[in-house]
Amino acid sequence: MSEMTFEPLMVEPAGVPRGRAMVERADWAARAYAKYDAATVNRIVDATASALAARAQEFARDAVTETGFGVVEHKVLKNIACSTGIVETYRGQDFVSPEIDEVNKIVAIPRPAGVVLALTPSTNPVATVSFKIILALMTRNAIIISPHPMAKKVCVAAAKAMAEAAVAAGAPDGIIQIVEDPSIPLINALMTDERTDVIVATGGSPVVRSAYRSGNPAIGVGPGNVPVLVDATADIQKTAARIIESKAFDNSILCTNESVVIAEEAVADKLLAAFAREGAYVLKDEERDAIRNTVFPEGHFNIKMVGKDAVWIAEQAGIKVPAKTRVLVAPFDLVVPEEPFAHEKLCPVLGFVRVPSADRGIDVARAILRITGAGHSAAIHSANPNLIMKFSAAVPVLRVSVNVGNSLGSSGIQTNLPPTMTIGTGFAGRSSVGENLQPKHLLNYTRLAYNADVREVMPSFAGLNPWVSPTGPVPAYPLASNDRANTPAPAPIHREPISQDVAELRDEIRKLIVEELHALIKN
Amino acid sequence: MTQENTAAPEFDYGLFSYDSKEQMLDKSKEFWNPGKTQFWIDSGVPLVIDRREEYFIYDMSGKRLIDAHLNGGTYNLGHRNPEVVQAVTMAMQHFDIGNHHFPSLARTALAEALIKTAPSGLSKVIYGSGGGEAIDIALKTARHATQKRKIVSIIKAYHGHTGLAVGTGDDRFSKLFLSDRPEEFPHVPFNDLEAMEDALRGRDVAAVIMETIPATYGFPLPNPGYLEAVKALCEKYDALYIADEVQTGLMRTGELWGITKHGITPDILVTGKGISGGLYPIAAVLATEKAAGWLNEDGFGHISTFGGAELGCIAALKTLEICSREETRSMVHYIADYVGKRLAEVQATYPDWFVGIRQNGVILGLEFAHPQGAKYVMRHLYENGVWAIFSTLDPRVLQYKPGILLKPEVAEEMLDRTELAIGKAYAEIRNERRSA
Repeated sequence: MSEMTFEPLMVEPAGVPRGRAMVERADWAARAYAKYDAATVNRIVDATASALAARAQEFARDAVTETGFGVVEHKVLKNIACSTGIVETYRGQDFVSPEIDEVNKIVAIPRPAGVVLALTPSTNPVATVSFKIILALMTRNAIIISPHPMAKKVCVAAAKAMAEAAVAAGAPDGIIQIVEDPSIPLINALMTDERTDVIVATGGSPVVRSAYRSGNPAIGVGPGNVPVLVDATADIQKTAARIIESKAFDNSILCTNESVVIAEEAVADKLLAAFAREGAYVLKDEERDAIRNTVFPEGHFNIKMVGKDAVWIAEQAGIKVPAKTRVLVAPFDLVVPEEPFAHEKLCPVLGFVRVPSADRGIDVARAILRITGAGHSAAIHSANPNLIMKFSAAVPVLRVSVNVGNSLGSSGIQTNLPPTMTIGTGFAGRSSVGENLQPKHLLNYTRLAYNADVREVMPSFAGLNPWVSPTGPVPAYPLASNDRANTPAPAPIHREPISQDVAELRDEIRKLIVEELHALIKN
Repeated sequence: MTQENTAAPEFDYGLFSYDSKEQMLDKSKEFWNPGKTQFWIDSGVPLVIDRREEYFIYDMSGKRLIDAHLNGGTYNLGHRNPEVVQAVTMAMQHFDIGNHHFPSLARTALAEALIKTAPSGLSKVIYGSGGGEAIDIALKTARHATQKRKIVSIIKAYHGHTGLAVGTGDDRFSKLFLSDRPEEFPHVPFNDLEAMEDALRGRDVAAVIMETIPATYGFPLPNPGYLEAVKALCEKYDALYIADEVQTGLMRTGELWGITKHGITPDILVTGKGISGGLYPIAAVLATEKAAGWLNEDGFGHISTFGGAELGCIAALKTLEICSREETRSMVHYIADYVGKRLAEVQATYPDWFVGIRQNGVILGLEFAHPQGAKYVMRHLYENGVWAIFSTLDPRVLQYKPGILLKPEVAEEMLDRTELAIGKAYAEIRNERRSA
């Protein structure tokens, strides 16, 4: 039956069809890469990470120039941590070869997601791009990056450098692609494309929510708003140093940077004095109000403040602070939604609340996370394991940094959590992932499982590996078939012909050809 | 009579309808082309293409076929490619065919785009409404530029059916209409440089016209260095080199124009079929400044009302853009690699039957060990859901031309079906032989 359809004239914004072409290319690349062996994958991962690390300084500088956010030296650190650093973290782990469980008679064969669509933020642009590329390559996925428009130039340069290195090391063509001109319609088209196998969204809530709405598998994480409890048992000097260092890191644009310090009254003044010694400036009441009006005019966060340094922010509020000031500390009384300082700040302004007891401090931490940041991270500085346990159980976050700055603690750089640029916020933070994003999240396993009956013995699978290393560029350049002098012919794969007696058939056909040729010549 | 009692025609296309496929075929014979209609019925391929999308065509019966012929590359981008459909539909709000007398917005824009993506040295574009007309333009252009009349082509060449083009091809199509002119159109054997030099030695040849890979002849591949040497001979004997890129252009070899893989800058390049996007007929001739002199001497020298119709130019502009994408090139390399490897495996299963694979990118000629072998394979492919055609001038060889935007899963399916059909054709020939 015929179907006449008269579709309304759909006008797709420029760039959308090109985006689809990228997904299609990625599909081919992913299928090729999914057959690579571990040694080749390691070589590709090393080369790709080194290509980024070698230009960490340049990309850090360009990121700060392009976005106006953050601190070059801190971004250098993150760029290295998220390239060669990540590789070293997972050195020796194998996300490629089959895993054999002889006791349970199960063999698990890693199966990559396929095409990973990565949305990356403006705040950690290059580090996140690199992090997601390395994770994708380790797990034999193809990746398409859609960078935040504010950071697109530096992200494109970084991703292309990595793509070039990957292909030079033997990766399939098109294994890393990046959208050069991101737009909302293009991102929507990429997210809803059925060939996109998983979306990994780091960025604002709207981006994360639309990733989950796309209909495709998605890993998106919620925002942070980090409460930090300091109780009377804490080493105040060390605590102050760690908090200020962490809060000042990259001008506080990480989602893991401290938001509000909750200090037990007994040590609050001592802690503030120690903060001052570490380069923080404790705002007086009227200064605090000026900062509130500057950073949150009309109660709404002023995005001009993102990732700016403390002295500049103070200046905008008409406050003069010492030139070496790294953090502005804003004491306030009540953690409620209408108090701007109780929200995430993305700049080196640190809220400060006094509580009569540590137990009361737990309530305040919960109040902070009611506003925003559930599922993300919190920190505690204490020598009391009972309190630490109680705090961690009561506060709805999935990681608690203990006696360490949270920005590099929860992201696994100064703790032994998996180092990450993407903090899974779990169910509490409306996310499918509760852990720090790591290679295993981009993999499934096919598990071949033997009959549990002891009489059914699983033979040895040791040394069996279904993967191969490519012998040349993937795909091969399409030379004419009569011009492939140096290309080895593919090894013949034995297949049974449709008919039974091969030899007989060949004989028949030979005779037939001879006869046909005779007939042809006669005519 | 009430509405319920009126049987609606089963095949209703708005402006026309048919009661059944049988009725349609009868009318096709009655009003259109009885010879052609009957040929396909007799060939076991009673195809009447109805619905079409991506690389799928559907017979009136609803039977789905993967299109691995693409009408010689016309459907390079798939059937009704949504991007081209959108471009042409949008253009229809503003443009029509245009007026060939005057400078034209769309013709100029397409000409610029073609020249920017063409082998360097080509600098002017002349439009036809189809490939045959474009070949005629190319031959006329060469004759004007050289003031010579002879055109050399290869034996079993095919460049179209129009006035001059038909002379370059196989006698089958020229003698029927008393249009063979051997004195003006000498034919030389393919891959034979001596014969080529003999034909050119008299310095009375305007041009050599070559398909970069001769399609209708079953895609025999030029020997390495052959085309390059032909080009050198053209230079030596003052003849122009015309590259017929109708089937080898538009990324089918993994480069936008097949001829660039040989490092040749032709004096004239002809594109057709695929450049239309499969939606609006258009063809084009690209010429060097030197070859295209008549455009200065008499700009009205060749007139074509539909040549370079502006809607066709829009279809071509979008097509050219899609073909030129880095992503497209990459995909063609993947598709070529995959299809080549899978076919090599099939060949290893039937080495005495499936005797050769001629491949350059996604242009493939599959050789079978029977004078009519490709006809058997074609029919079994049809029965098993793939459309590919035998080579008219060498029916041993199946033309097998996957799309340049083919998705991996469709490529896999196509090869599964192809492998089965090749095996079944083999079995059929064996049985015929046994019962004979």
